[in-house]
Amino acid sequence: MSPTYYLVVSALLFTLGGTGVLVRRNAIVVFMSVELMLNASNLAFVTFARMNGNLDGQVMAFFVMVVAAAEVVIGLAIIVSIFRTRRSASIDDASLLKY
Amino acid sequence: MLAVSGGEAVGFWTFGPLAVLGAIMMLLSRKAVHSALWLAMTMISLAFLYILQGAVFLGVVQVVVYTGAVMMLFLFVLMLVGVDASDSLVETLRGQRIAAIVVGLGFGVLLIAGIGRAVVEPVAGIDLANSAQGGNVQGIAELIFTRYLWAFEVTSALLITAALGAMILAHRERVVRRLTQRELAIQRFHGEQRTPLPVPGVYARHNSVDTPALLPDGTPAESSIPVPLGQRGVRQQTPTELKTGHDELEGGDA
Repeated sequence: MSPTYYLVVSALLFTLGGTGVLVRRNAIVVFMSVELMLNASNLAFVTFARMNGNLDGQVMAFFVMVVAAAEVVIGLAIIVSIFRTRRSASIDDASLLKY
Repeated sequence: MLAVSGGEAVGFWTFGPLAVLGAIMMLLSRKAVHSALWLAMTMISLAFLYILQGAVFLGVVQVVVYTGAVMMLFLFVLMLVGVDASDSLVETLRGQRIAAIVVGLGFGVLLIAGIGRAVVEPVAGIDLANSAQGGNVQGIAELIFTRYLWAFEVTSALLITAALGAMILAHRERVVRRLTQRELAIQRFHGEQRTPLPVPGVYARHNSVDTPALLPDGTPAESSIPVPLGQRGVRQQTPTELKTGHDELEGGDA
C-alpha cells in the first residue's frame, strides 16, 4: 500500500460530496455535502504534503479549515433566514431571491 | 514508491473504509440528523487519517473545529429549522436524480483515474519536514508566521466579516412594538382563556408533556398539550382511550 490510497479515498469522498449536492434537497444536507468535499480536498492536501516532503500542503489544509469555519457560519445563517421567511429548508422552495 | 509501515496500513484500512461508509450513509439517510451524525463519523475518521500521515496538528484541529464546532453548529441549526424537515421526494426536474448519480459516478471515475496518474515519485515522506523545526506544530507555525503571514493576517479580516455577516443575517427586525405586561394582561382578560392552561395528564404509565389531561366527562383536554403536538397528531392516548381500544380489540376477537 502506498500514499496513493489516501488520494483514492479523498477522490471517493469528494465524489460522494458532489453527488450529495446534486441529489439531496434539504439545504442543510446539501451544505453538509459541501463540507464533505472540503474535507476530501484537505485529505488530498495532507497526502500531497507527505509525498512532497514539505509542510506547505498542511498549511493549505489549515487555511481551508479556517475558510470552511467562516463559510459554515454564513451559510447556516443564510439557511436560517431563508427558513424564517419561507418556512422551509428545501432548496426547491428558495427559487426567488428576494421574496 | 515509499512503502508504508504495517501499523499505518492497519490504520488506513480501518479508518479509510469508515470514512467512505460515513459519507455514503450521509448521502442515503433520509433524516438530516442521521446525515449529520454519519458526517461526524467521516470527519473523525479523517482526523485519524491525518494523524497517520504525520499531520498531528491538523488531526487535532479537525476534531476540534469540524466535529466539535462545525457539526455542533449544523445540529443546532437542524434543531432550529425542525428535525423532521426531511427531503421531499417530488422531482422538480424529471430524471434529475438519475442524471446526478450518473454524473457523480462519471466524475468519480475520472477523478480517481486522474489522481492515480498524478503521483509524485519517489514519495518523500513527511518525517524529515516534521523534524526540521523540532515538530509538526513548530514546522507549521514557522510557515504560517513567515511565508504565509499575509494570508494569515487576511484570515482575521475574513473571520470578522463572517461574524458580522452572521449577526446581520440572523438579526430579526422587530416590526411591532413589544407589548407591556399591562397590555398583555388586558388582552388575556378580553380573550377566552383567562386562567393558565391545564397541565398535561399524569398517569401511571405516562406523565410526559404529550399526554393530555382528562376533562370532567372523561374526554382528553386538547388544550393541555402543546399546540404543535396536537396539530401533528402525535399525542399519547389517555387511559380511557387505551381501554376503549383494548375493549374493541377484545370484542373483535370474540
